[in-house]
Order: sequence, then C-alpha cells, then structure tokens
Amino acid sequence: MTSPGLHLSGAPFLRKENKGLAEPRGPRALCESAERSSKQNRQVCLSVPYWEQWREEAHAVKRFSILNLDKLLVEFERNATARGAVVLWAKDAEEANRHVLDIVERHRVKTVVKSKSMVTEEMELNHVLAAVGVRALETDLGEYLVQLAGQRPTHIVTPALHLSAEDVGRLFAEKLQEPYTSEHEKLTDIARRHLREEYLRADMGISGANCALADTGSICIVENEGNAGLSISAPPVHVAVMGIEKVIPSIRYLPLFLNLLARSGTGQKLTTYTHIVHGATPGRTFYIIILDNGRSDILRDPASRSSLYCIRCGACLNTCPVYRRTGGWAYGWVYPGPIGAIITPHLVGMKDAGKLPFASSLCGACGEVCPVKIDIPHQLVHLRHKAVNCPSPVRSPLERLIWTAWSWAMEGPLRYRLAMSTVRLGVRLAKFLPWHPAQLGAWTRGRELPEVPAYTFRAWWRRRGQEFAGDNGKSGIATSSPKKEEVSA
Amino acid sequence: MIHLKNGLPDGKYPTYSRGEKAALFIPCYIDQFFPQIAEAVAAILKKLGIPVVFPEGQTCCGQPAFNSGYWEEAARVVRHFCDVFRPYQYIVCPSGSCTAMCRVFFEQVDPDDRIVSVGRRVFELSEFLVNIVGVADLGARFPHKVTMHSGCHGRRELGILDQPLTLLQNVKDLVYCELPNIEECCGFGGTFSVKMPGTSIAMGETKAANILQSGADVVTSLDISCLMHVGGILRRNPQMRHIRPMHIAEILVQR
Repeated sequence: MTSPGLHLSGAPFLRKENKGLAEPRGPRALCESAERSSKQNRQVCLSVPYWEQWREEAHAVKRFSILNLDKLLVEFERNATARGAVVLWAKDAEEANRHVLDIVERHRVKTVVKSKSMVTEEMELNHVLAAVGVRALETDLGEYLVQLAGQRPTHIVTPALHLSAEDVGRLFAEKLQEPYTSEHEKLTDIARRHLREEYLRADMGISGANCALADTGSICIVENEGNAGLSISAPPVHVAVMGIEKVIPSIRYLPLFLNLLARSGTGQKLTTYTHIVHGATPGRTFYIIILDNGRSDILRDPASRSSLYCIRCGACLNTCPVYRRTGGWAYGWVYPGPIGAIITPHLVGMKDAGKLPFASSLCGACGEVCPVKIDIPHQLVHLRHKAVNCPSPVRSPLERLIWTAWSWAMEGPLRYRLAMSTVRLGVRLAKFLPWHPAQLGAWTRGRELPEVPAYTFRAWWRRRGQEFAGDNGKSGIATSSPKKEEVSA
Repeated sequence: MIHLKNGLPDGKYPTYSRGEKAALFIPCYIDQFFPQIAEAVAAILKKLGIPVVFPEGQTCCGQPAFNSGYWEEAARVVRHFCDVFRPYQYIVCPSGSCTAMCRVFFEQVDPDDRIVSVGRRVFELSEFLVNIVGVADLGARFPHKVTMHSGCHGRRELGILDQPLTLLQNVKDLVYCELPNIEECCGFGGTFSVKMPGTSIAMGETKAANILQSGADVVTSLDISCLMHVGGILRRNPQMRHIRPMHIAEILVQR
C-alpha cells in the first residue's frame, strides 16, 4: 500500500545497488511550492527586527533543555501526572506501539482520529493499528490526502506538497466518489464533510506535541485547521506521543517558540490555533507517551547534539536546493531534507542511512534559515566523516585508497606537480574520447570541461615572481614599476 | 542578509601595515587551469605596493577530502599547508571556499593551535583588500555589464558579500546587473558535482537561467570553481554562450 521507494532500503538515495546517490526528480509542484514558501516565510522572519536575538535565545533555551533532559523530563512527568495525565515511557517505536495497543485494548477502541504527528510516522503507528483492526484516520488535510492516496508525507509541515489541486480532485473522485473539481474551496468542503463526523464517532484521538512544558506539566499543540483541537477533545481518550527532545523548562519560553515556529514553518505570525493541554479533562483519559527511539544516540554525540533542538518547522527543507529537486521520498524515511540527512543516520543507524549526509552541496542555506540555529551544514560533514569510518554503505576500501593516494600527492610540491600533470593530460585527452567513464562522464553529462592552459601559475611565477617581491620594505604605492602586462581576458 | 560572521574568533580583522608581505595561496585548480587569475591577484597586490611571495611548497587546503569525510587524509594535507605557510602573517587566497576551509574547518581537522592559528591568517582576496588593506577603488576600468554569483562558503562561512560588491562598484564604466536569487547555490559543491550530477546540473541550469535574466554579459565571482561549473553549462547552451565567466581579480586588474 505504499508508494515506490518509501522503505529505507528502497529509497532512491539509499538503494544498495546504487553506487552513487540515485537522483529522483520530484514533481515540479513541490519545487515551486517549496521555493515560494521559503521566500515568503523568510520575508516574514526577517521583518522581525530582533529575529537574530530570538534565534540566539531559542538556541540557548534548547541547549539548556537538552543538557538537562534527565531532570526536565522527570519534572514534566511529575507535573503532568499531578494534573491527571498518565505518562508512559518508550525506549523505541516498538515499545511505544505496545503502549498504544494496550490503551486500545483497555478502552475497547475501534476507531481513531489522528492529528498530525511525525513521531507516530516513526512508529508506523497507522499500520500497527490497522493490523489489529483499528481504523486510524489522519485529520490534517495534507496527511488525509497522503493517507487517502496510500502514500507517505513528502514534507514534515506540508505533507502533500507534491500534490497539485488537480491531483487532489482526481484523488477525491477516485477514492470518495466525489465529482471532480480542482477548486480549492470545493476541495476543502469535500474534505471537511468527510472528516467532521469522524471526530464524533472516534473512540480515541492521537496527537503529537510541539512542546512539553516541564514546570506546568502541559503539552502544546499548534495547528491551522482546527482538526487537532477536535481530535484531542471530542473522543473520550487522548494519546499524545512526543520525542524526549520536546521538553522545555517553562511555559515562560513558549511564546518564543510559537513565534519562531509559525514564522519559519508557514510564514504566519502565529498559527490559527494554539492548544495548551493542562492535564486530563474530567471524564476523559489523557495519556502521554515519551519516546526515545534513537534520540539518546544523538545526545551521546556532542557534534550532532544540537540537531535535537529541532522544532520541525521545515524551513531547511523549503530552502534546500537538493530537497526542492528530489522531493521528500528520496530521503527514505520520515524526515527528509537537511534535517533528515543529519538525524536519520542516528535514528535508524549509519548502516542503513549512511548515504544521506552526502545528499547535499553543503551550500549552508539550511543553517542560515534554521530558527534554533542548528549548524546543519557542519553536521553534514561531521556525519560524512563518521559514515566512511563505520559499517555503512559509503565505507569503501577503494575510495579510502584513492584519498590516501591523493593526500600523499598533496604532501609535497613535486608529487603535486606529477599528479596535476596527469590530471591536465587527462582533461586534454578527454576531448578525444568517444565516451567518458565514471566521474568524468558525470561532469560532461551537462557541462563542458575547462580549457587547459599552456602553463601553470607556478611555472609563470618562477619566471616572473621576482617582479612582485617589492623593494625591500620601502614599497609605497608602487605605480612606478612597469605598467604593461597582465591578463588579457 | 543578517549577522554575517567572518569566521575569526573575535570577528576583528587585523590591520595591515605598509611593507608587510602577503603570501599567495593559489588553490590547485587555479594554479593548473586558471593561472591568469593568480597573475591578476599578484598584479593587484603589486599595484598597491604590497610585497608578494608565493611559497612554492604549497599544494592544496585539503577541502576535497574533508568534505568527503576523509578527515585523516585531509589532516595530512592540512599539516603540510600549515608547515608551508606558518612564517606568513597574511595569506591571501582568491577563493572563498578554500579560505573557509582554512579559517573555519582546519579546527575540526586538527584543533592544535599551530594548525588553527595558520588557518586564521588566510584571507579571501576581496576581504583582504577591503577589510585589511582598506582600499575600495583599485583604479580599474571595465566597460561591460557584469553580474556576480556569490559563492556559498564565502558568504555563509566568512560573511563575504559587500566586499566584492564594493570593489565592483568602484570599477569605472562597469554596469552592475542584479542577479535574481543571488543567495542560491549554483550546484557545484566539489565532489557533489559528480556524486549527484543530475541534481548538480539542474541547480546549475537554474543559476545559468538567472544569470541570463540579469542581462549581464560577464558573470563574476570570488570562486572560479562555481564558475567552472556554471560556465560549463553556459557554454553548452547557444543562448547563453556569449556570457563570459571571469574571476573578480580578472576584472579588478583591467585598465
């Protein structure tokens, strides 16, 4: 029931039989929407005069929170429990799923409404519930579309970014037997009509959490469609699933994160709805599942640690030139784009995801837009270093040998000249080759090779260098020296 | 653009005193494929009365191996680089990307102070001229329509953007054409260009289209590596073939 290339091993970037990184081309709709969102959101962010201070502050709060996770999580549990919530801990997705299944059994749950949650995607929760005969319906419009189409999200904030209005019209016609339309309002009406009654029928609502507040024991959920509000309040049972990194010390810091998240994620000053769930409402049951699922592996690696600061705004996806062109599925797991490329290798292991950090030109756009200042580009290189030194699909004795030879050649000027003459000769001869092997072919597929000049700079310097040495320190603005020469471009 | 950091620990550039030497660090691809750029750099410095040396032991900054994850191999090259350049106070390099490797990333390869301190004395040409020597007008004349591609490493790691624009503004008869989406990567990315050629070329084609849209007939940059990639695409396309890629030093030396 999944789309092609969605499981980690089969994902375009990760496919084993692929020597390099296979390069799918995402739909045009995705590229254009991501670019548009990126520009609009950026403008909204930069119109805040103290945007940089906010980023610094948020970084500091997150840093503190992650370094004090052990204490804050326990404080959160204590305060949430005092407000009537039942807090459950899960080491991995399997344990979290077991908790959910226990709850399902205890409350005799038959149908579930879900509001958007990436962490439940990590758990493959919908499939787990389906396996025991429980129907879980996604209520976020984007998630609903993706679920209806039997696909997976292509973006962490806007899951159906790859679908055009026409695609949605066709989908509704096929799956819901609605007359075809591509008008946005009519499409929204159809979705609303189909979803409304589900909230009232459902036995349980499942949500994620954008923030967990240690001092009040509450969780915060932001949204724009009202679906989360209904999902968590209409059914008699509410289960919130959150990663361990979501906790912040105090509700005092919440406004800071709401401001950053809405602007970076959707270009809004604030999301339409902000729910702060202070414990259980009388007559209802409220569970909070706190999930690790590989996050403590990130915690153990100081150079990667700040990736736990992520508030899942999606700004790094929208701005990433690689993500825009390949789309989200290429990354093979729940989190695509630059943030996915740095957390997936930790969360699922280098063995499966070791190629992901290489899916980047290291342009650094992600680091520039990140609202909590995660140094994504530097972490990409750090993980490349890790990946080639541990069991992973990119560890290659041959490549190691090539780089060893390269470093030997670069350790002395004579070797350098020898190596470089070979390269120059190769580029010269390439013109006459009927086809270009490997890396050379990869270059000339869409680009001309540079012309090889008759001489090198160092050869030139040996002849002319003396003219530039200056006259023993008494050089002023030396326009007196012969003016002639230089570059004829 | 906000909060551009220059990769120096206190954010402060040193002040150049007359007579101090500048050591040229010429990246390998410039040495081998674009010697005219290095000649232009030497000529610019000479015109300002700055004594220029070219330590002949130099090879590479180690970036290709570093970015590929082979830090141990990169470290050997970095150490060689530092042995060669240790005697010099000002190391001038006509590339934002290689400068970023030296100034920002040497520390990750080898945090030894004898390595890091050398890396921090490497300056990209335009920042050396504007921020350290303190010149903005080099007396150049170049009667062409010019746009500038701003390399990602130079801008995002070293905070270089205004310096080259200032230098270009002061070139006589030069008409500057704004480049749409100047902040976007050209898609070169070193080994990325051959590891993900499809995406790299797609990004380059977008950049080339923006360059064409700018109306310029010359595209310049601090990094000839980006221009080697984009230029390779421009040359493939009959509508774009007239646009000439030139390193900024080649423009600044024109009379």
